[in-house]
Amino acid sequence: MINYIWFGMIVISVIVGAITGNLEAVTNAAVKSAGTAVEIAIGLIGIMALWLGIMNIAKKSGLIKLLSRAIKPLSKLLFPNIPEDHDAIGSILMNISANWLGLGNAATPLGLKAMQELDELNPSQDTASNAMVTFLAINTASITFIPMTIIGIRTELGATNPFEIISTSIFASGCACISAVFAAKLLQRLPAFRKNDPDAFIEKEVKND
Amino acid sequence: MTDTLTTVADTVQAAASSGSSGAPLFITIMKGVSLYAIPMVLLLVPVIGIIKKVKVYEVFTEGAKDGFKTAIKIIPYLVAMLVAIGMFRASGAMDFLVSLLSPLTNAIGMPAEVLPAALMRPLSGSGTLGIVTDLIKQHGADSLIGRIASTMFGSTETTFYVLAVYFGSVGISKSRHAVLAGLIGDVVGLLAAVFICRFVFL
Repeated sequence: MINYIWFGMIVISVIVGAITGNLEAVTNAAVKSAGTAVEIAIGLIGIMALWLGIMNIAKKSGLIKLLSRAIKPLSKLLFPNIPEDHDAIGSILMNISANWLGLGNAATPLGLKAMQELDELNPSQDTASNAMVTFLAINTASITFIPMTIIGIRTELGATNPFEIISTSIFASGCACISAVFAAKLLQRLPAFRKNDPDAFIEKEVKND
Repeated sequence: MTDTLTTVADTVQAAASSGSSGAPLFITIMKGVSLYAIPMVLLLVPVIGIIKKVKVYEVFTEGAKDGFKTAIKIIPYLVAMLVAIGMFRASGAMDFLVSLLSPLTNAIGMPAEVLPAALMRPLSGSGTLGIVTDLIKQHGADSLIGRIASTMFGSTETTFYVLAVYFGSVGISKSRHAVLAGLIGDVVGLLAAVFICRFVFL
């Protein structure tokens, strides 16, 4: 699906750009965006190193295992394929907590750490497992308790009550998150997405035992 | 990125302390938790490590080594995604898409002005923020449009960016149903934002 979306965006951009006379802008945007992508990635190095270091201490001291055990009932429901006290669960919990607290700078490194641990459990090199898709769904539709950026802008632009959108945001993000997770869970049952499930083969073997 | 966040945080701080601008107890608590969460983790994890006789410095650097690798691994995925999004935005295709989808907005009770922001949301965080800021400037922060746009911005993430970064970091290129699940979340988040704002503010 991502292939078609990506391809579609490029093709539409060039065609529409040619019709509307924005072709030069399209070219400039392509060049500039490529640079921005590298800047973002480079900017991640320091904060990534910090959190991976802290997470390594947390792992070696058994803290991550402790966290993983603490949320066993929920994690078994969301991630049935992850072994019970695997480190991935602890990392996922830390990522979600950081997201909920609005700590974006910590949430991404912790999320990438969790993704790496899910990848260790994934028999495939290049295909996402069900657990990875569910985890991504939680992150693309993350619940926000305080949308700091938008509150700041509302304050600047003279809102009577800049904070009034907190309750509505919690409601809307809650709906978004629940439906994204449900969608991930339901879609993984469709034949189109089952046929390339990296865990399907292994699951079958376990059942035969 | 960090700088803008700090200034925004300062603005919010100022707004909250400049009298009773309606900041309820919940916000004070959440802000306290957000303020202490990171320093507490940075303190407690090494403390527990020392108690458990972990060689904290060595173990930290051993883990931190992977920071570079992870960040570099993301680059090709992020370039692919951001270039396509950048071209799409610059081409003016967004306006075309807006006019194509505008009949739908009336049907769900969404002000047509909010549609560009809604379509931009899964593609670009900074792009959406620009549109939302314009909307608030034009219509006022206390208008229904301003409130829906604010709620929408605060309630979902930049799906395509998250996908590129998270899957890119582990070399996943076949994302299976991830895009669809993410977009379903975005659409539901948008509809929920429209619904709850009409319900609360109208």
